[in-house]
Amino acid sequence: MIPGSPERSQMMQAAKGRSLWDDARRRLLRNRAAVAGMIVLGVLVVLALVGPSLTGVAYDVIRKDDVWLAPLQGGHLIGADSLGRDLLTRLFMGLRVSLAIGVVATAVSLVIGVAWGAVAGYFGGRLDETMMRIVDVLYALPFIFFVILLMVTFGSNIVLIFVAIGAVEWLTMARIVRAQTLSLKQNEFIEAAQAAGLSRLAIVTRHIVPNLLGPVVVYVTLTIPTVILAESFLSFLGLGVQAPMASLGTLIANGAQDMELAPWLLIFPSAVMIVTLMAFNFIGDGLRDALDPKDR
Amino acid sequence: MASFLLRRLLTALPTLFLVITAAFFMMRAAPGSPFDSERKLSPEIERAVMAKYGMDRPLGEQYVNYLKGVVHGDLGPSLKYKDKTVIEVLAENFGVSLTLGLSAIIVALIVGGTLGVFAALRQNGPIDYLASTLAILGVCIPTFVTAPLLVLLFASRLELLPNAGWNGGAPENLILPVTVLALPQIAIISRLVRAGMIEVLRSNYVRTARAKGLSEFRIVTRHVLRAAVGPLVAYLGPAAAGLLTGSLVVEKIFNLPGLGKFFVISALQRDYTVVMGMVIFFAALILVLNLLADLLLAALDPRMKLS
Repeated sequence: MIPGSPERSQMMQAAKGRSLWDDARRRLLRNRAAVAGMIVLGVLVVLALVGPSLTGVAYDVIRKDDVWLAPLQGGHLIGADSLGRDLLTRLFMGLRVSLAIGVVATAVSLVIGVAWGAVAGYFGGRLDETMMRIVDVLYALPFIFFVILLMVTFGSNIVLIFVAIGAVEWLTMARIVRAQTLSLKQNEFIEAAQAAGLSRLAIVTRHIVPNLLGPVVVYVTLTIPTVILAESFLSFLGLGVQAPMASLGTLIANGAQDMELAPWLLIFPSAVMIVTLMAFNFIGDGLRDALDPKDR
Repeated sequence: MASFLLRRLLTALPTLFLVITAAFFMMRAAPGSPFDSERKLSPEIERAVMAKYGMDRPLGEQYVNYLKGVVHGDLGPSLKYKDKTVIEVLAENFGVSLTLGLSAIIVALIVGGTLGVFAALRQNGPIDYLASTLAILGVCIPTFVTAPLLVLLFASRLELLPNAGWNGGAPENLILPVTVLALPQIAIISRLVRAGMIEVLRSNYVRTARAKGLSEFRIVTRHVLRAAVGPLVAYLGPAAAGLLTGSLVVEKIFNLPGLGKFFVISALQRDYTVVMGMVIFFAALILVLNLLADLLLAALDPRMKLS
């Protein structure tokens, strides 16, 4: 082998090494279930964004003549509901609402949970004890208790659903982040930062939080489906998104009421819900395997 | 052991106290009153009713009085169900949730445990694939989807089972709700048992047991399972608490008079004392079941220190 030959330059490239993230991406892309999940999710997101405007009818248009039309009749690809509204349009709209709630409420829980957990874990001592005790107490209160109290206080609207769900989901995030911070704290690079005279807050924001990315990313992909489920659960009980707006949960709830007469109203929304949840779970599992190979 | 129990109790009580405090003031901060009804009460009567339940006192005093009652095991009278104490009301509604929850846990343990054991013994065999498919579906299909679909199939179309109702807890009325509750648990339990078993099956003492010529059945039941159920026991504590306190969705779909539905009704009616009683009951149940899980873990693995 001569210096400068093609083989050598290849070897140099190989020796350059791969970063943790390169490695993770490779492992993720080799995971067939995760890749399938990403493709399916991509399709679902596109449908949620453009779908409602492609069907040629608005999601809340009521047509007396179309009541309970079966799939493929009267121009309704997957049928119409008890008010003659086009199910396909409502399904796209419901998907949009559910995905939006999933993303926004998860973002809320992410911000609160990471800040709370990182501060508690890094500062430790009495502050940690107090902060985690608050988490324990909130954990022990039933979810539905929060929701009903928020509802009777502020009336029911969609922003409140974000708040209620986010207010519950951040608790687990805070616990995960705190545990991770406790183990990160022992690392030499934190000691180095302390020796360099960085303030404690700066260490948290610049050294702890960026290194939490791995577990947090995994947990986020698993929180989104949990949030979608929570919203549907509320909608199922009549506490969620209000008519004529639709979410996957309200569609399933209404479908369950009319299932004897019009089973398609239950079956199609349920199928979309299951596919959405599966896509997120596959991506989440794939990410976990990719980012934390020792956990396999 | 005694000092462990004492220590756990000492950490649990402050949490319980804070839960009561938070719930009390949150509940009272919400608008509305238990005595709002379609018929407006005249101011005098309303005042008299408020006085009867001590609700004319300042909030702080009511709180202290309530705590005093709780310490003495008195959760007060229900504000909506005349002449009944909170404990009586809770006991009436707990029966249904207990029957459903306990049945679901037992079914899930038997089915999920068996699936998990066979999946681990025959890795990548047909049962393993069945178990992992079921695990994914169990996690991804919510109860409010399985419940109506099962009703549609078994009650409306095949007409094999009743579609709803409690009917004094008749077995045919229990089958569908228990199945719906058990399915997600079967998924998780089979996964936990499989993962635990695979790890233990590789250990040296299992090889020793094999070398001694023990039957596979004996090895699994006596040696492997005992070591493999750790994560399962840790999971069962909170999961059992969730199941026993009633599933709102299942109770609503199958029209069952359980705790979950009752909680929502009481909260919407502002039956303060009943809601508080339920919050305390839920929190205490979680604490107790977690404690039981820890004791069970220690009994299974003597190396584990109770701390």
